[in-house]
Amino acid sequence: MGKPLNIIVCGSLVPDPLQTLEPVMTPQGPGLKNEQMLPSVLDPWAACALYEAAALAKTRAGSKVTLVALGPKAKLQQLMMMAAQKAPFQLVAVNAPAGGFTDAKETAAELAKAIKAIPGLDLSSTLLFGGCASASRDAGVTLQFVAEALGITEFFNAVDELKVADDDTFTVKERIEGGQYLASTCAGFPAVIGWATGNLPEPPNNPQVGMMNMRGIMPALMKAPVANVGVGGIAYASAEVPASKRDTVVKKDMSVDAIAQEIVAWIKA
Amino acid sequence: MKIVAFKIEGNGIYAQDVPAFAEAIKGAQADVVLVPGNSRVKRAMPAAACRAGAEIDTNVVELAIEGDKVTASRWAYRQRILVKFSRAARPWVIVTDPALFGEICAKAGVTAAELPAGAAAATRTTTNGVVAAGNGGESTIKPDAQLLFVAGAGWTKKQADGALHLEDAAATIKDFLAKSGASLGSSKSLVDMPEAAAALTFMSHMNQVGQTGSTPRHAKGLATCCHGEEPHVVGWRFINERRAVNLDANCGWAQGKADVLYVADAFAVTKKVAELLG
Repeated sequence: MGKPLNIIVCGSLVPDPLQTLEPVMTPQGPGLKNEQMLPSVLDPWAACALYEAAALAKTRAGSKVTLVALGPKAKLQQLMMMAAQKAPFQLVAVNAPAGGFTDAKETAAELAKAIKAIPGLDLSSTLLFGGCASASRDAGVTLQFVAEALGITEFFNAVDELKVADDDTFTVKERIEGGQYLASTCAGFPAVIGWATGNLPEPPNNPQVGMMNMRGIMPALMKAPVANVGVGGIAYASAEVPASKRDTVVKKDMSVDAIAQEIVAWIKA
Repeated sequence: MKIVAFKIEGNGIYAQDVPAFAEAIKGAQADVVLVPGNSRVKRAMPAAACRAGAEIDTNVVELAIEGDKVTASRWAYRQRILVKFSRAARPWVIVTDPALFGEICAKAGVTAAELPAGAAAATRTTTNGVVAAGNGGESTIKPDAQLLFVAGAGWTKKQADGALHLEDAAATIKDFLAKSGASLGSSKSLVDMPEAAAALTFMSHMNQVGQTGSTPRHAKGLATCCHGEEPHVVGWRFINERRAVNLDANCGWAQGKADVLYVADAFAVTKKVAELLG
């Protein structure tokens, strides 16, 4: 068995995908209507990164998973009530606005600052995880900015599989075009992994893990530094939800043969 | 205002692509650099822009140029909110939706040039080749296909006779794909099912469309046995003509999203369609 792993996961909150989102323009740029009231979930791809990190940490005794989350403190606290039950981790929180309209460069700078401030951090033995993109900004650039700020030169994007050998060499499969994977081998850490969905199911809630996590989460939230994250150099002209409703024609009483013929004619048209 | 565009293809290695792309950005001495958002560009271009002191925006679907002002459009919140924005800082790297790269270049009046070869940089990574997703050995994702066939969790549910028909579902879908040449999409609930993974070996998480999946661009889409509300339908966003087959006339996947909803048994309809396409 190899030495303990140090895995840092960058992940934050996004509005629950079941909520209706309505953009509003504010003096600071676009925002979401009733944004503070919208229920949040852990960003889906970052959640996959967290679950993969927890599963990987289990393979080596003494391994540690740290979740670095940037978001409004009150909302992070609510989020942690759920996320903390999924996997063991230590939290590093940054109290700052998080959303689809903020500048990725400013977010990345704050994440890098928070990572550098982790006590005893040894980057040479670190794997940095995150989602391949957020479900809010959906730009897929933040992890690369963080990698640059930390001087990490090995990055893999949209990863579904990571296998780490005892000597810390690892293989990854990255999603590429046409439903294919690019398989690569990397000769050790540090490296940054932008996860796609991975292959693990969502872990069930474990109240014991949640209670253990909460001992560290509350102090981490209490001492979360306030950061100034905004729209940066982006000048927004508009933000809107395009009308997408179609007048669906429902056909109930057609025979299978008639439906099939209609579909074939449509496909060939 | 100087706009240049670079054609970038293949796979590449991040540690080597980043310095090469950064050199290209700096060497271009352009206000705006256009590149297509394929997997290689998405992986390395953000760090390259950072290293070159450039701004970068990804997934751009439209560009408007008026004099020296460039306005870009991109989706936020996974294709739910469309934003229009500009930046004053230059150079500005604009990563377009890969399917729209040619169109956006043409609108900007530029022709994409080959990326200048960069000096080889040290890396700890070696690539081992390209492999297909799933266990079928053949990819069922075909970005150039006219038709997207979306399979939902209903394929794995008990059918009218009270029994599961997983093998029949797998054979029916596979036969349809072979005869129609369609690309295969899936709902999240289907790819997350262990029993589906065991039976539908040609399908993987990469087939998933929607909130945490892809939003492919195809001329037509046919959804079968899919159920879900608005957030799960973002995978349909760029499908022009949409039809659906399932047993629920009020299905949230189809109502208001599809042009035509056939209330029928998708097993029987899909088999018959494949037979007619035969």
